[in-house]
Amino acid sequence: MNFFFEVLIGGLLSGVMYALVALGFVLIFKASGVFNFAQGAMVYLAALSVVGCMEHGAPLWLAIILAFIIMTLFGIATEKFVLRKLVNQPPITLFMATIGLAFFIEGLAPMVFGSEPRALEIGIVDEPIEAILESANMVISKFDLVASGVAAVLVTVLALFFQYTRVGRALRAVADDHQAALSIGIPLQHIWAIVWGVAGFVALVAGMMWGARNGVQFALTFTALKALPVLILGGFTSVPGAIVGGLIIGASEKLAEIYIPPVMQSAFGGNFGGIEGWFPYVLALLFLLVRPEGLFGEKHIDRV
Amino acid sequence: MTKIFKPAFAAAAVSLALFAQGATAAEEQFFPIIGYRVGPYGANGQSLFGGFIDYLSYVNLKEGGVNGVKMTWEECETEYNNAKGVECYERLKGKAKASAGPIHPLSTGISYALIEKASADKIPLAMVGYGRTDAVDGSVFPYAFPLVTTYQMQASAIVKFIKDKEKGNLAGKKVVFLYHDSAYGKEPILALEAESRLNKFDLVQIPVAHPGNEQGAQWLKIRQEKPDYVIFWGWGVMNQTAIKAAQKVGFPRDKMIGSWWAGSEEDTVSAGDAAKGYMSATFNVSGKAVPVVADIEKVVYGAGKGNLQDASKIGTILYNRGISMAILSVEAIRKAQEKYGKGKAMTGEQVRWGMENLNITEARLKQLGATNLLPEVKTTCDNHEGSGKVKIQQWDGSKWVAVSEWLEGNKGLIHPLFQASAKQYAKEKGITPRDCAKEK
Repeated sequence: MNFFFEVLIGGLLSGVMYALVALGFVLIFKASGVFNFAQGAMVYLAALSVVGCMEHGAPLWLAIILAFIIMTLFGIATEKFVLRKLVNQPPITLFMATIGLAFFIEGLAPMVFGSEPRALEIGIVDEPIEAILESANMVISKFDLVASGVAAVLVTVLALFFQYTRVGRALRAVADDHQAALSIGIPLQHIWAIVWGVAGFVALVAGMMWGARNGVQFALTFTALKALPVLILGGFTSVPGAIVGGLIIGASEKLAEIYIPPVMQSAFGGNFGGIEGWFPYVLALLFLLVRPEGLFGEKHIDRV
Repeated sequence: MTKIFKPAFAAAAVSLALFAQGATAAEEQFFPIIGYRVGPYGANGQSLFGGFIDYLSYVNLKEGGVNGVKMTWEECETEYNNAKGVECYERLKGKAKASAGPIHPLSTGISYALIEKASADKIPLAMVGYGRTDAVDGSVFPYAFPLVTTYQMQASAIVKFIKDKEKGNLAGKKVVFLYHDSAYGKEPILALEAESRLNKFDLVQIPVAHPGNEQGAQWLKIRQEKPDYVIFWGWGVMNQTAIKAAQKVGFPRDKMIGSWWAGSEEDTVSAGDAAKGYMSATFNVSGKAVPVVADIEKVVYGAGKGNLQDASKIGTILYNRGISMAILSVEAIRKAQEKYGKGKAMTGEQVRWGMENLNITEARLKQLGATNLLPEVKTTCDNHEGSGKVKIQQWDGSKWVAVSEWLEGNKGLIHPLFQASAKQYAKEKGITPRDCAKEK
């Protein structure tokens, strides 16, 4: 039973890491109705900017500020050169534009900062907490706990921002209908630049956490793969949904990886491990059958 | 008249001789380089193909080519993508008709995709430390060369290393095999199962889904299993993730031995302090202490013709591996020239013969300035591997340090597995194996 809880808690904490990436998707979808295919690439760019600045002599705090400026400028440039011409175009057109953007970042970022994998030390060692290990014989990582704290703060701030600020309300209005928002005087260009800048900040936080955990390298772009089932489950428009979805996906995939293969092996023989890659997607698809809008997604009603 | 014609005749003769010399000097040996420098594994490709090309440049600068034949090459970017690998091959094979150095795709997937094409086009395919391992049996795979050593022999050599550490007895010990859930990761399973039966240790297999950037469940399982050792078959981000995850669950890194694709600076530097003590197999050593590596830096980079943008990578594991691969290729060309004519460019067919008759002894390695860089290699028709030896190295926090001599896997146990697999392949494809006795 002890082992079960160890896997469960480990999974929940991993889920928070997925949710950090999923948040970036939610932000942009919530504010512009665009599924941003480039979010994984933005995570990579943000982390690479931090280590790139540090390699040029900047201390960590300054590197983070510089990376934030880079991500903000990137957001503004994306609005100006990619999205501005696509206002009122169908969502699929905007989606295709973000695919192009993803490949552009994946090519440009290593060209500017180099492609070799690098360590990112943020002062938190990924080691078990000794007290829990000794008293309960359970491995709970210090790093994962800090990541959870960061995610909690981020979600709270974002939820408050969307709910209680003028910009937040404007973001939601734009997401509902570009034309209607424009007609009541909401400056669409500014709103999109802001939301891409905020998504860049979320990508920076996610990139630093994932980069500190696994090294800063091209594979950070794959973190998006972990975020997709989280989005399906939590809903594309809900910030708390991203967290809850992350927790469910993280815990279920870890438990599945541990407990399903032995059952399959005893039934069919062979080796059935390594199911973590696809299991979350199956789970998310099953959820879709029951709740197509996800756990916290807004129900879409079209009037005839 | 005679007096007038004599100098003219002499001048004409000199011109002809110069022309002939010029024609000889113009002989070129073309290398189609199907590689990658961008994409998910671009960093690995940069170091490795950098080392490969630097050695070709070195041969040109240092000795004017192989017996006067200059090495030339053209690169095509695959991004480690099988479809692009085939596209690159098709693009470059036309240029490789007159002369062809071996192709090194540095990808098991691309190797599998090219194995039949290259054989049909008579272009040798080198798979040094990767690729289709039953191609060790050259009677079935005349154009494919899994040179130096294979995954199975490597796994067997790692078992030998831990057996030596356990004073020759592994009975009752538990070994976890943590692997990338792909053809690459699964390749050594049969060999490890055979070793487990032979040495009576318990083998627990744990796969990791691609790309391997999340291994929490696997390492909790490892913690529960309490193994004596973890043999680890990772690639790319899976390597750093595993090293960090081992730290997270408190598994000692010096009981964790990776494959040679999980044992470069790219894998350890980014894992930070967690990598200290971690071990891996390797078929080439790192560092600039190897004379040829130091001389390449002096000659090639001194002439401003180095291939690496970042010269600090000189002497890293993958850079030195690129040099090792190039040495094998150039030596095959040299060998082929001994048979088919010195100073001539060699066709793919002729280079194939050279690769099948390599005999790189310690003495030859010394002449090349490559003592200890790679093991001795002697290939034959029925052994396209030629060595089967690896060293075990350990990360000391800043560099790789060899902690063993060259260790050979259990050939008697492993090579029959290759032969059985090659026989099956020949049966499926309707191939009549060559009679290797006649090739000697």
